[in-house]
Amino acid sequence: MSSTIAVVGASLAGLSAARALRDQSYDGRIVVIGDEVHAPYDRPPLSKDFLAGTASLEDIALGAPDDEDLGLEWRLQTTAVGLDHLSRSVQLDDGSEVRADGVVLATGARARRLPGSEGLGGVHVLRSLDDAIALREDLAAAGRLVVVGAGFIGAEVAATARKLGLEVTVVETQPIPLAGPLGADMGAVCAGLHGDHGTRLLTGTGVARLVGTGRVEAVELTDGTRLPADVVVVGIGATPNIEWLAHSGVALGNGVLTDARGATNIPGVVAVGDCAAAWSAAAERHVRIEHWTNALEQPATAVATLLGAGGPAPTPVPYFWSDQYGARIQFAGSRREGDVARVVEGSCADRSFLVVYERDERPVAVLGMNQPRLFTRWRRQLRAAVPTAS
Amino acid sequence: MIPVCPTTALPPGEATRVEADEPIAVFNVDGEFYAIDDTCTHQDASLADGWLDGCAVECPLHASCFDLRTGKVSGPPAKTPVRTHRVVVQDGMVYVQPGTTADGVA
Ligand SMILES: Cc1cc2nc3c(=O)[nH]c(=O)nc-3n(C[C@H](O)[C@H](O)[C@H](O)COP(=O)(O)OP(=O)(O)OC[C@H]3O[C@@H](n4cnc5c(N)ncnc54)[C@H](O)[C@@H]3O)c2cc1C
Ligand SMILES: NC(=O)c1ccc[n+]([C@@H]2O[C@H](COP(=O)([O-])OP(=O)(O)OC[C@H]3O[C@@H](n4cnc5c(N)ncnc54)[C@H](O)[C@@H]3O)[C@@H](O)[C@H]2O)c1
Ligand code: FES
Repeated sequence: MSSTIAVVGASLAGLSAARALRDQSYDGRIVVIGDEVHAPYDRPPLSKDFLAGTASLEDIALGAPDDEDLGLEWRLQTTAVGLDHLSRSVQLDDGSEVRADGVVLATGARARRLPGSEGLGGVHVLRSLDDAIALREDLAAAGRLVVVGAGFIGAEVAATARKLGLEVTVVETQPIPLAGPLGADMGAVCAGLHGDHGTRLLTGTGVARLVGTGRVEAVELTDGTRLPADVVVVGIGATPNIEWLAHSGVALGNGVLTDARGATNIPGVVAVGDCAAAWSAAAERHVRIEHWTNALEQPATAVATLLGAGGPAPTPVPYFWSDQYGARIQFAGSRREGDVARVVEGSCADRSFLVVYERDERPVAVLGMNQPRLFTRWRRQLRAAVPTAS
Repeated sequence: MIPVCPTTALPPGEATRVEADEPIAVFNVDGEFYAIDDTCTHQDASLADGWLDGCAVECPLHASCFDLRTGKVSGPPAKTPVRTHRVVVQDGMVYVQPGTTADGVA
């Protein structure tokens, strides 16, 4: 009998895993299980061009014409509710199960919600296509938007809403937005884009409660300030979708724990994308990367692991981009507290620069704003400089 | 034909962007010139800013690769090819002929 591999999660990481399986000559059955009704689509445009109305559903579809040839068995609108590691079967919400010889966990992450916001109209999170459609409709009729959280979602939604002509206020608990990924200095520079474009940014302040009955009317801050709001977007981080694995025996932490090649503690089960916390030799801990390129590239190695191929652990140079107010921000590498950021081209004031982060005088990460060409060169250089772990 | 630049201004391994109705990217690969649509067919990135690797350019945003000779895309996320354009070198000047493919088809 031919073998079966179940891929749980039908988004970027899941689709990339299915493609990688065929790429690596796996000719058995591939069942892709996904709880959304939609065929796989790309999430980054949901806060950018799709939200602005300049990209269509067709534009953001992940499927390519060649995917027809992959011979995938799709089980969409189906939620995986459990995994039996002995029989390696995935239990589904309709009571059926998929028995598999290998399982790829790719269930991604979901948006954190603000406690007490349930059932209040006009309050949105942004993770799925349905979220984006609902938000787009609501923004079209609104004048004042309050965004809670000045991370990636917050900054991108604020930028798009300004373009749509809304009055926008962003509220952030930390003193400096994006200081985690970019460091305080560069976080402050990027946050400066808000002011440049007429968005009010309030930092170092939390949300006490949302005001309104039935529909939100205002956001009340911990310092007592009341911000009137027609629409509120909550962008306060994401939680990995791993609860369904609680009784599976798969080791869990902040995500599904894997080694550097995607293997979990259960043979025949690998994990990829936003749900996976892979061991990083450089960081000496499990790291859950929540960016697009990781979800695209990680599956090739994990699938090779699943098919029994060994090989050195990859040493990826993590990469992400963000588009805010027409500025293109790109980052590659691994930054730590204490790394020194040095401007090597352009200037922060001009919103066009390249910054290299150095540790012991060696470049470890690079950040570009509106410098795609130079950034690409540095990113290449970083990739070439990283030694492969054996 | 649109003048691009003197051949000396575009050394091997370099690329430049030409403004036309749709911007065009012109590349020098070891002395051969190639021209393709500058805007990636995936999202909004300029391929002249990409990484040149032999006869392919890698998009600076999400790394789709396009063949400079045919415009074909080698892998996701881009799904559709870019158009190629004919390049003419005359008296030390590089020109592109928008609307005519690299192999001379109008
Ligand atoms: C609005 C937005 C903008 C973004 N912009 C950028 C950007 O500009 N740059 C960047 O680098 N990254 C960006 N990202 C991050 C990027 O989209 C993610 O890293 C990527 O989507 C991760 O892919 P994934 O397949 O691992 O997870 P996901 O895309 O989260 O997909 C997981 C899928 O599994 C499904 N699922 C979950 N549980 C189950 C279950 N039990 N059974 C069946 N199915 C299940 C989910 O519904 C979902 O369809 C953005 C994310 C969002 C939300
Ligand atoms: N360009 C990109 O790479 C991109 C774009 C959009 C989304 N994403 C991904 O989507 C996921 C969610 O994004 P996100 O922006 O929500 O997460 P995030 O972790 O990037 O940012 C969350 C922000 O909210 C703040 N915050 C937390 N609780 C708060 C509260 N109660 N009040 C006010 N501020 C609070 C945090 O300090 C942080 O600045 C992440 O995985 C992110 O990587 C990535
Ligand atoms: S914009 Fe070129 S690959 Fe995405």
